[in-house]
Amino acid sequence: MRFVFKTSYDQDIRLLKHGGQTFWYGLLVVALVAAPAVVSEYYLSQLTFIAIYALIGVGLMLLTGYTGQVSLGHAAFLAVGAYTEAVLQAHGVPFGLSLAAAGLLAGLAGIVIGLPALRLSGIYLVIATMAFGFIVQEVLTRWESVTRGSLGITLRPISLAGVRLVEEWQLYYLALAVLTLVLLGVLNLLRAPTGRAFVAIRDSEISAQSMGIGLARYKTASFALSAAITGLAGALYAHKLQFISPEQFGIILSVELAMMIFIGGIGSLHGAVFGAIFLIALPQLVAVAKDYLPAAIGHQTGLEPTVFGLILVLVIVFEPQGIYGRWLKVRHYLQTFPLYKADMFRRQRTFMKSERAR
Amino acid sequence: MRAMVQFLQLVVSGIAMGCVLGLIALGFTLIYKATETVNFAQGDLMMLGGFVALTAVALAGLPFWVGVVAAIAVMALFGAGLERLVLRPVLGQPAFAVVMVTIGVGFMMRGLASMVPGWGTETYTIRAPYSGEVLRLGGLALSAEQLAVILMTLVLCTALYLYFRFTRLGVAMQATSQNQLAAYYMGIPVARVNSLVWAISAGVAAFAGVLLAPITFVHVNMGLIGLKAFPAAVIGGFGSVPGAIAGGLVIGIVESLAGFYLPEGFKDVAAYVVVLLVLMVRPHGLFGGHSRKKV
Repeated sequence: MRFVFKTSYDQDIRLLKHGGQTFWYGLLVVALVAAPAVVSEYYLSQLTFIAIYALIGVGLMLLTGYTGQVSLGHAAFLAVGAYTEAVLQAHGVPFGLSLAAAGLLAGLAGIVIGLPALRLSGIYLVIATMAFGFIVQEVLTRWESVTRGSLGITLRPISLAGVRLVEEWQLYYLALAVLTLVLLGVLNLLRAPTGRAFVAIRDSEISAQSMGIGLARYKTASFALSAAITGLAGALYAHKLQFISPEQFGIILSVELAMMIFIGGIGSLHGAVFGAIFLIALPQLVAVAKDYLPAAIGHQTGLEPTVFGLILVLVIVFEPQGIYGRWLKVRHYLQTFPLYKADMFRRQRTFMKSERAR
Repeated sequence: MRAMVQFLQLVVSGIAMGCVLGLIALGFTLIYKATETVNFAQGDLMMLGGFVALTAVALAGLPFWVGVVAAIAVMALFGAGLERLVLRPVLGQPAFAVVMVTIGVGFMMRGLASMVPGWGTETYTIRAPYSGEVLRLGGLALSAEQLAVILMTLVLCTALYLYFRFTRLGVAMQATSQNQLAAYYMGIPVARVNSLVWAISAGVAAFAGVLLAPITFVHVNMGLIGLKAFPAAVIGGFGSVPGAIAGGLVIGIVESLAGFYLPEGFKDVAAYVVVLLVLMVRPHGLFGGHSRKKV
């Protein structure tokens, strides 16, 4: 068991709290950097996907997990980012610029949906974001002069500073770099007044308001930031897939993204990354499991959604804190062995909390 | 004159579609009023209801009306079971977590339904005894399926109204939906009432599925129409029963008119544009009440 003694105020805001964290995160960085030399091309490609989904997860977590604003329309922001990148690349705009534009434009879209969303809460917000997602998807399908409609757009490889990124490891490093920068940025934001304001709004709008937090300003900021991060991810996503069309950005994707952060663990950035790993690994695991199941079940197309739904239900019923919450418990168990108490993390028995009056 | 008839024709088919949407929205509303849970699996409950009716009518060879009653009964039991097994354990968690649970349940229902032998991913139709008949009224041609939908929605709504207004259990449900704790103190078995609400809601969904089946098809993904019923429920102000039907009618008519008078593509998003506009003006829907927490 480790005791961290606080001897200076800097310790409170330091990102790495103690030597153990420095060691493990250092090891993680080394492992990720060394990955292209070790794993095969296929798994490297999956790692790239994980990095991109984790990026989306961080964006969505900022909005849902930290500001408490629910969105079932995040596929729309992803689409805005992806299409901005695709169209700008076709017009010969350099990658650095088009990536920034993808983030900016998605952020603007976030403000557009964020402004009416200021007056909405709970289920009304869910429906509004969902409606926004449907509308964006339809616009992409119909605005054929720019988006080529349902024919979709094929992207060329990125050329960055004269180098064409054609190899898998190049895209992997790019995605990893963007993810790392965004993660550090968000971590920094969360220990700054803006991030504290987000959390205050999540926990109680009324008490946040009473403490002088402008709800309109911070909610819009949260929507814009979240959308901008998702837009960045969209640009990378477009290049990873090399082909985008409006059907990819439907309600199903939005729901999957929301599922991702719930299963990963709501309210923590670790959760966003764990959720991304889960989302990418699950189809692979199901594919492996198919070989062991009787053919009558194994060859059904409905198997994957069923497993997905089942896991989501089980996670929320038995482990509302998601994968990250379970990891905290396991770690605590090991650290305090044999003194672990089951009550340590037990939730209080809760009554139904009404959200009607707020 | 022709344009007028055309318009009326579109309105009637819009009303018929709106009734189905309204019935699904009614299911949302009942559950939301009683338990403050938004049930994203409502459309999938409707799909299951359609399949149960299909099994009873087409595969087991029962008469149509028996199939309808069977579907409603089976789905009501299913709804109550769902509440007991899945929803009650997550009571007290944040609202969105509960929403995610229902989304997960919807995924499972869709996946499992596609695995059931005899259901699969094919499309089926159920022939109702009134299928194919057309009633001519002036220049209007009204198909019996559409009239049946409108008529039966009216009957169901009246029945529900009478039930909530005049029966002991109905009043108990109203009390529960207004204030759970107070209802509990008055000796109302809140948990059991909630199960019953889920049962009624699933039954209504099954009914909507059976009504929809002769018009469209029975298919694993027919529940996706539930996504259009959300705007209906929201426009009516989630939690208002007459509002749900009114919202359904608004969406149905707007969609039907947009499909004819506006360029292609507007039909699919009309519902969502309308709901965004309504929410911008009235953040709690047209019929929704708004209460503020006093500090």
